[in-house]
Amino acid sequence: MHPILLSLVTYLPLGGALAIFLMRGTSEAIETASRWVALWTSLLVFALSVVIWAEFDPQVPGFQFVQQADWAASFGVSYHTGVDGISLLFVLLSTFLTPLAVIGGWKLVTTRVRDYMVALLLLETTLVGLFSALDLVLFYVFYEATLIPGSLMIGVWGGPKRVWASMQFFLFTFGGSLFMLLALLAMWTMTGTTDIPVLMHANFAPAMQCWLLLGFILAFGVKLPLFPLHAWLPDAYTEAPTPTTALLSGVLSKAGAYGLLRFGVLMFPDAARLFAPYVLTLGVIAVIYAAIVALAQTDMKRLIAYSSFSHMGVIAVGLFTLTPEGIDGAIFQMLSHGVIITALFFCVAAVSWRAETRSIDAFSGVAHKMPVLATLGMLFVMANIGLPGTGAFVGEWLVMVGAIHVSFWIAFLAGSSMILGAVYMLVLYRRVMFGAPGRGVVAMLRDLTGPELAVLVPCALVTLWMGIHPTSFLRVFDPAVVNAVSAPQAQAAAAPVHLAAR
Amino acid sequence: MQTASTLFEIAVLAPLFACMVAGLFGRMMGDGPAKALTTSVMVIAALCGSGALFTAMHAGGMPVVVQLADWIRAGSFHAAWTLRLDTLSLSMVAMVTAVSALVHIYSIGYMGHETIPTYRFFSYLSLFTFAMLMLVTSNDLIQLFFGWEGVGLASYLLIGYWYDRPSACAAAIKAFVVNRVADLFFMVGIALLFVEFGSVTYDNIFALVPAHGDDTYTLFGTHRIYETICLLLFVGAMGKSAQLFLHTWLPDAMEGPTPVSALIHAATMVTAGVFLMARMSPLVEFAPDTKAFILFIGATTCFFAATVGLVQPDIKRTIAYSTCSQLGYMFMAVGAGAYQASMFHLTTHAFFKALLFLGAGSVIHAVHDEQNMFRMGGLWKKIPLTYGAMWLGSLALAGIFPFAGYWSKDAILEATWMAHSSLGFYGWTLGCVTAFITALYSWRLIFLVFHGTPRDAHLHEGAHESPAWMTLPLVLLGVGAVLAGLLLAPYYVGEGQAAFWNGAIVNAPGNTIIATLEQTPELIALVPTFAGVLGILVAYLCYVASPTIPASFATSLRPIYLFLLNKWYFDELYDHLFVRPYRALANLLWKGADEGVIEGIPHGLARMTAGTAAQAVRTQTGSIAIYAFTMLIGLVVLVSTLLVFH
Repeated sequence: MHPILLSLVTYLPLGGALAIFLMRGTSEAIETASRWVALWTSLLVFALSVVIWAEFDPQVPGFQFVQQADWAASFGVSYHTGVDGISLLFVLLSTFLTPLAVIGGWKLVTTRVRDYMVALLLLETTLVGLFSALDLVLFYVFYEATLIPGSLMIGVWGGPKRVWASMQFFLFTFGGSLFMLLALLAMWTMTGTTDIPVLMHANFAPAMQCWLLLGFILAFGVKLPLFPLHAWLPDAYTEAPTPTTALLSGVLSKAGAYGLLRFGVLMFPDAARLFAPYVLTLGVIAVIYAAIVALAQTDMKRLIAYSSFSHMGVIAVGLFTLTPEGIDGAIFQMLSHGVIITALFFCVAAVSWRAETRSIDAFSGVAHKMPVLATLGMLFVMANIGLPGTGAFVGEWLVMVGAIHVSFWIAFLAGSSMILGAVYMLVLYRRVMFGAPGRGVVAMLRDLTGPELAVLVPCALVTLWMGIHPTSFLRVFDPAVVNAVSAPQAQAAAAPVHLAAR
Repeated sequence: MQTASTLFEIAVLAPLFACMVAGLFGRMMGDGPAKALTTSVMVIAALCGSGALFTAMHAGGMPVVVQLADWIRAGSFHAAWTLRLDTLSLSMVAMVTAVSALVHIYSIGYMGHETIPTYRFFSYLSLFTFAMLMLVTSNDLIQLFFGWEGVGLASYLLIGYWYDRPSACAAAIKAFVVNRVADLFFMVGIALLFVEFGSVTYDNIFALVPAHGDDTYTLFGTHRIYETICLLLFVGAMGKSAQLFLHTWLPDAMEGPTPVSALIHAATMVTAGVFLMARMSPLVEFAPDTKAFILFIGATTCFFAATVGLVQPDIKRTIAYSTCSQLGYMFMAVGAGAYQASMFHLTTHAFFKALLFLGAGSVIHAVHDEQNMFRMGGLWKKIPLTYGAMWLGSLALAGIFPFAGYWSKDAILEATWMAHSSLGFYGWTLGCVTAFITALYSWRLIFLVFHGTPRDAHLHEGAHESPAWMTLPLVLLGVGAVLAGLLLAPYYVGEGQAAFWNGAIVNAPGNTIIATLEQTPELIALVPTFAGVLGILVAYLCYVASPTIPASFATSLRPIYLFLLNKWYFDELYDHLFVRPYRALANLLWKGADEGVIEGIPHGLARMTAGTAAQAVRTQTGSIAIYAFTMLIGLVVLVSTLLVFH
């Protein structure tokens, strides 16, 4: 286990992006070559990150694959990276979804292919960078840097309302992260360092903790998003080209959740306990509100976007139960949701790309024409509503176990996504897939192509794997979570969270 | 014991193999091989299932737990993939695989005229069987929930099998969503149980039950926590087993092909709730208030469903309401503390209700997919074998000596009588009234379909007996409907029950109801049989001797008739209470709150900060320069602050 592995995983995509950028030749040759370079780079990166996963030893506390170099030593800022059980799987999620986004964009993206692949690889570097950053300034830089490829991809390759969507996405995230910047500066003035492992053990005064946590909640709450900071979400997810939407909802939103966990729950446990009732409430509102709004949607992609928002509420609830099961569940839900929502967006794209419309009313009886898509789609629909045997169930169940430690009603209301989710997903599936075939566009549809299968089949396998043998993933982060949560819990045993019941 | 557990594993896992192969490669291998594979695998599973039951009964030494793999391990929570062998799971596995194998065989004939390939259908049937087996063989509540949701999925897929029919799609969604409502309560119940006991494994829970008897939980006032948990679990059972208030999906589920109705919506899946209660008996025994509630719901459902079944014109819906009503009987027994009797009725019911559904399927097949009984009539000469099967099934259902239902229904009614409580008497009274109605609607069905003059000459003309694939299961189930009660009674509820159940079902120390069944006063024990015979006579009077009586009743008691015909208006009520308001709310929240308020914020901000809309447009150029510049501002702020504070 060589520490250089992590740096390779981080910067190989950047190298790939450079290579694509420097290519010369006819535009057609460049298009083809850039696709292949992007694909091979991202596959290689994925293989390397799998090696990290295999080499990682969950029983060893603290960070592994650590690299530290001087950067601005006199300011207490250094280039410090490494992974622990929690961040490792997010690195893996990013490197798993990027090749899928490349393959998914093979046919979907036809203009400025080179720039698109460059942006995609850049996004991968920034994502891996932010998940493995162990210095707050480094984290901040990577976090902000995701915005450039992210909003460019929405703004250039998106749908008709792309510019407004991109602008909103950029400004919201950027506005939110200003609060993170403030918190960062405050922490730095107090401790003189921005090193995350050091800050984890810095004891901030309770009042200060609250202010800092508030800053982080605002910053990451926009990204997650927390209700009511989601105004950018429907437009951004809907207007972005599908591979980008997949990465936005699959990984970028998880960056928010990851930040909330790392800098909120784990760094400021006392303040988190104080804030928990409010965040839990907001999470429950997001779960129910987004699920209800999703039912009214007429645009398939927008419906899935609201579904994603609804499930992020479950994650927020899990994190702020402040119990090992709840946090485990939230992390697991982040991973499985990343895979499932990506697959769902690609399923929608498979239909809407052929028919050139996303309107639900335009379809009926697609299952007759696309039986393979119907089968895979059914699997992902069931996964999205948390059927046992798929990854989502494990996450939702653990969140519920965590939540019922806090309050019966939080568990019950957060669990209501079981019902509401089933309503909007099954209604969508029925209106698109079932019914009599052969009106207009539907008659022309052909079943999935090779590249589409190459995206959806891996997602299906991983979804089932996560549902049937989640231990492969849980064993990586469970020790880290249990360690992190049980230490402060011992102190706080005298003052547990009280909400309603218990 | 080794043999038993090997056979058991084969019986449980073989259907999964069949489902995967038929589902994934069915298109490649063709319809014929897929049918042959799934059916033969299921027959093997059935043989193994029965074999496991017999060998284990002789070997003893239960319960045995077979570890398959680890599942979830997070924090203090742990669950594993396991198979549990005890009398409860063995008897269920034997019953489920047997009925499933017969339904597979029957389906070869029934689905023979389909134009689209049917490998999907057979794959779903096998999937269902596997999920049901996981449910009954679970060793913890989470795996039970896995099976629980798995059968829900299979039920959804099979109800909506003919997916170009709008009514089938609607029924499938309704079944899934109504079940999900119940499942939420179930899942919260399991979570609460985990909080209380620190484990979801049966043995761990049951070992701790006596010690925690006085723990309380605050939810709508403070109650003993066992009451809360059991109530939540029972709500889950109500959904799956179609009890009053959550029953609306079951009649609609008849949109699925008839073999599905026989297997899933009569013999196996809908009894999962009863099974859950029997499985959790060591806990339920300590929740007397919940038991009273179960008895009340069971008795009321039993009566309600029978009254509705009395007036339905559709042959399958009549039998569906009958199922709902019989499930009520089973819960009544649970409420009275006679879990053995409810498991007994569950088993005999599986035989005769599957027989009735498959018989109904044979009728429907004969008259070319007509389901309205008022268009049939005089069919008995055309389809004599089906006719005989329906008689056997109805005799068993009505509880006529010595057919299967007689033994189990009597045991339940005796248990409610011997409970010596006012609720027990309520259950006994409704149960006896229902026994009368049951016989009445069963023979109404027989007389309308098979006797009298043909109402539709064209249908009657084309009617023909079903192929051997379909009649063979009818004959075998017919044998079961005659003999099951007689043969099983000594083991399930009689002298040998304690040795037979071997601790799989627990009665609390003070609960001697099963032991005292035999002491029921003779006159009381005879009432259900009299009620059944009376029902047959009344049916004969109304539908053969003087067929004008029902019509005159329907006109003179029109409000009551309409009330029953419209199923006590539950669908309309729910439509007005839940469905429409929910849709309206969805639109309101979307158009009003989300597009109006929340998305209005950035628009407003854009105007405020940019001063004029024109400038807002200018910043929306999407050019890289602006983004880079904004990013730069952030970095400048960062660096300069660092410098200043240093």
